[in-house]
Amino acid sequence: MPEPMGFFTDTTVCIGCKACEVACKEWNQLPAANGGLGELSGDSYDNTRRLDGIHWRHVRFIEQFKGPYDGRWLMMSDVCKHCVQAGCLEVCPTGAIIRTQFDTVVIQSDVCNGCRACIAACPFGVIDINPVSATAQKCTLCYDRLQVGLEPACSKACPTDSIQFGTITELRARAHKRVDQLRAQGVQAQLYGAEPDGPLGGLNSFYLLVDKPEVYGLPAHPQLPTRTLGRSATLTTASAAVLGLLALVGLRKRRMEEVAADSSGAPPLPPSSHV
Amino acid sequence: MAECHPVAFRWPVKAKLNGAKLIHIDPRFTRTSALADLHVPIRAGSDIAFLGGLINYVLHSPRWNTDPFFKEYVANYTNAATIINADFKDTEDQEGVFSGLVQFTEPPFWPYNGLLGRYDNASWQYQRGPKAAGPATKDLVARRAGPPFDDLVRSLRPGPADKDPTLQHPHCVLQLIKRHYSRYTPEMVERVCGSPKEKFVQVAEALLANSGRDRTSAFAYAVAWTQHTYGVQIISCCALLQLLLGNFGRPGGGIMALRGHAAIQGSTDVPTLYHSIHGYMNAPSALRPHETLRDYLAAETTPTGYWGNFPKFMVSYLKSMYGAAATPANDFGYDWHPKILGDHSHMAMLAAMAEGKVKGMVVVGQNPATSLNGTATRRALRQLEWLVVKDNWLTETATYWYLAPEVKSGQVRVADNKTEVFFFPSTQIAEYDGSFTNTQRMLQWHFKASDAPGDCRTDSWFYHNLAKRLKKAYAASTAPRDQGWQRLTWDFDPDPGEKPLYPGEISALKVLREINGYQTADPTQHLKGFAELKDDGSTTCASWIYCGCYPAHDQNLTARREPDPPGVPGAHLKWGWAWPANRRVMYNRASADPRGQPWSERKRWIWWDATFVNPPDPKTGVVPPRGKWVGYDVPDFGATKAPDAKPKPGSIGLDALSGTDAFIMKGDGRGWLFVPAGLVDGPLPTHYEPHESPVQNPLYRQQTSPVHKVWSKGKDWNPLASVGDPKFPYVISTYRLTEHYLAGAMSRWLPWLAELQPELFIEIGKGLAQEKGIKNLDWVVISSPRGHIRAKALVTDRIGVMNVAGKHIHHVGMPWHWGWMGLSTGDVVNDLTSWVGDPNVSIHEGKAFVCNVEKA
Repeated sequence: MPEPMGFFTDTTVCIGCKACEVACKEWNQLPAANGGLGELSGDSYDNTRRLDGIHWRHVRFIEQFKGPYDGRWLMMSDVCKHCVQAGCLEVCPTGAIIRTQFDTVVIQSDVCNGCRACIAACPFGVIDINPVSATAQKCTLCYDRLQVGLEPACSKACPTDSIQFGTITELRARAHKRVDQLRAQGVQAQLYGAEPDGPLGGLNSFYLLVDKPEVYGLPAHPQLPTRTLGRSATLTTASAAVLGLLALVGLRKRRMEEVAADSSGAPPLPPSSHV
Repeated sequence: MAECHPVAFRWPVKAKLNGAKLIHIDPRFTRTSALADLHVPIRAGSDIAFLGGLINYVLHSPRWNTDPFFKEYVANYTNAATIINADFKDTEDQEGVFSGLVQFTEPPFWPYNGLLGRYDNASWQYQRGPKAAGPATKDLVARRAGPPFDDLVRSLRPGPADKDPTLQHPHCVLQLIKRHYSRYTPEMVERVCGSPKEKFVQVAEALLANSGRDRTSAFAYAVAWTQHTYGVQIISCCALLQLLLGNFGRPGGGIMALRGHAAIQGSTDVPTLYHSIHGYMNAPSALRPHETLRDYLAAETTPTGYWGNFPKFMVSYLKSMYGAAATPANDFGYDWHPKILGDHSHMAMLAAMAEGKVKGMVVVGQNPATSLNGTATRRALRQLEWLVVKDNWLTETATYWYLAPEVKSGQVRVADNKTEVFFFPSTQIAEYDGSFTNTQRMLQWHFKASDAPGDCRTDSWFYHNLAKRLKKAYAASTAPRDQGWQRLTWDFDPDPGEKPLYPGEISALKVLREINGYQTADPTQHLKGFAELKDDGSTTCASWIYCGCYPAHDQNLTARREPDPPGVPGAHLKWGWAWPANRRVMYNRASADPRGQPWSERKRWIWWDATFVNPPDPKTGVVPPRGKWVGYDVPDFGATKAPDAKPKPGSIGLDALSGTDAFIMKGDGRGWLFVPAGLVDGPLPTHYEPHESPVQNPLYRQQTSPVHKVWSKGKDWNPLASVGDPKFPYVISTYRLTEHYLAGAMSRWLPWLAELQPELFIEIGKGLAQEKGIKNLDWVVISSPRGHIRAKALVTDRIGVMNVAGKHIHHVGMPWHWGWMGLSTGDVVNDLTSWVGDPNVSIHEGKAFVCNVEKA
């Protein structure tokens, strides 16, 4: 059995070149949103905006300025965290999501039925439906490449080694050394997801940050959806009876409203994907 | 650098992790600034004021004046001690111009040189003693002396230059420099550049602290630094500073020109340039005394230093052009070689084209329809009879005749376009064999990785078959001008039995052999290096600087991929092959002190090993004295020339230099702080304003370079803004983004790249946006005297306002990748730029001009 493998992303040397995004799409043959016809987002140099079924890598740009030329520009390449306690894996009803021999988390497309349970279960908003396969997809940590001894496409393409691939043990050692180096220079550096006793049992893709996780769009306290399951189950049972009664009342009320105002259209649903 | 050369930026990042300090000086806070220890904003076009300020600061700093390293380096390795002619007048004496300024008159046969003025550089020369007696050059030319051409070269030797080793003579170079830059104070830098004084001082102190025996500093620039009406002078100014700081020829020093996009380096080495033939030899010109081969050699040869071998390079080149037809009797076919008439660079040709003086054009991998002063460029294209476009996609240049903005708006009718446009689909680089030359002068062979789709052809196929057809077309001609085509050798078809990559394709290795060179009598005997070149026709070599890259038919050194192991200094001599002679650091003699010892252990690179036992000469059997240059790199010096070697009296070439003359390509073996020849716009870099500027030159009465270039002057297709024009109050720079490439043909059509930067934008500071009521993502109209375009606003603090000469100057910026074709489309930013340029190399000034911005 190989050692657990993963990514260490040192955001302090990310230059926002997006080579990781492109290398990922090329290797995994993911389409561009809307065939490449897009609009300027206006959010700094970020025009892909998020991780989803066709963006398995995403570079975030954060402009922190007090005035002209006075500030800093943070960049971070984000990806699936390959959580040791993975919410997606726990909730998947078909067993499509597996933990591999590299301790990474992979969705098997041919087993996924597109039920979307994992999308809701991911505390990081990593997963979404790939419209080409109509299944839930995300970073596989290049499972196919790992099996033949190749490193993932993104870390291979990263020119500054902001994305580093390796065994979790070695990556953690490197990350702590880098934090020490930065702190000695007076930089408020911290690791996110590097501790095995931390949230979700540690993240097999962890980060070096120089600001609060929320600044990078990362939850400060990521939680498994199942952690509150016990409490919510009791609540659910108790509320079921109440809800049942309310529903009866509601149905009656709705019927009356429909009769009263046939023309009031429901607001359109937000698009489930910007593809 | 991170924006335009992200892969190369790997190394500055590694250096930073090892403790190096990264400084970024730029009008914008870019992805490079994001990783720098210090970002210093600077007004576009004010670089010489900044660099001049650094020079002045260094010259007056305690460190530079007390650490003996600097004096030892500068006195021994630069021309600091050399005395300049007494009649030289500096810009200090003449309100911003040097002595020798005269009028330029356009020659009637090619009135497209664009020069506003011209310098006669006689007064800029070294003060010299009398020339040694000997045969006169003109007599040797008249009696057709040589080959060998040694006597001709010897006759060119000037008298010895006067020097003051104490560096005190008022007309010695160091004193001239001190005076020239005396007004470039930190306060003046702040006033001219808009850079805060304290940040400027931080830069100066960092450079001083990180230069010397134990440390070196390097400058890296992307080609934007050249894109000014004084672009070459900016680089020259940086060179002056680096020489003063002892940062040349040493590991971790130098100036890194970040070129190599679309093989820029390769295209100047084996040039697609009009004014240069292979290996940086000037193209024979109708404007210069180049009538015969000997006239040309006399005009172009620097007799002392390595360029003293120039006739060998030129004759070997002519042998490559004309093969067996090139003989000593016919001056190796020199008279068949085309001569240029003047400036045939990009903008000069378009200016001529706009006036109907050009019949046809072949455009390969370039997209001029979105290039400088786009409206004028497309007007010029419409005057052609025919246009060939060879590219991966139907670019703007292939479609301007029916899709250009002026056609869509109805100003120009499709029917008015008289040009016949031909389109040839092109392969990509991975679809054939060849070499790339990167910015480190390193050749790396690449192999075909996949088949070309459809009917796409390689560039080599195109030119190979075009040349063969032209040779056939001229074969029966009796016109004297066609003799060159008839005599031209063209032997690149694969040998019998060798299968071409595609039908009709060349043998790429045969081309490499032609460039590398071979013994004329036996082409299977490849040359092992340029030391083997002869001026009698016995060697054939297209490009002397590449000689040695392919020393035997089974040794393509450019295909090597053997890195040095970790833990060694890492010259990586077995990775690819770098010209000249596989040297990785040029002028590396300067990495050792005058006695040949490393300046410090930390900066050891090559050094003199006095105990080295040299083998006997294989021909004479004579055992040379002990001693050799050794180290991590290939020494850029005579391998066994001792540090105390004296120049041989009356000699030419390297023999004329001493054992401390590290800069072997210079006639005096010295790094030039003061540039007496070679640059047409002055011996010392001087701050001028861009052609279009919001302010009067704060340093001199002379506003702009007195000799820069303006094409189509006075024509209504190249209007220019006056100084401080209130209609165009903002400074604008154009630039590239990481996500796109050049004019977009290799990126805007690719969905994966198009989605990363889907639309054109203008970066506007928050202050200006507020003043103009512009919100993020609003459409805005940007105008210059040449035209107006639309773009979305990206409002940011990464660009902003600067205090320049007492005025608040707003700076804006636009990436120029867009056009109307492809997936990601946008207006042509170059519709704003103009046809003005640098007088040395005719590069444009797209980095600094003026504009207006209004909410659409």
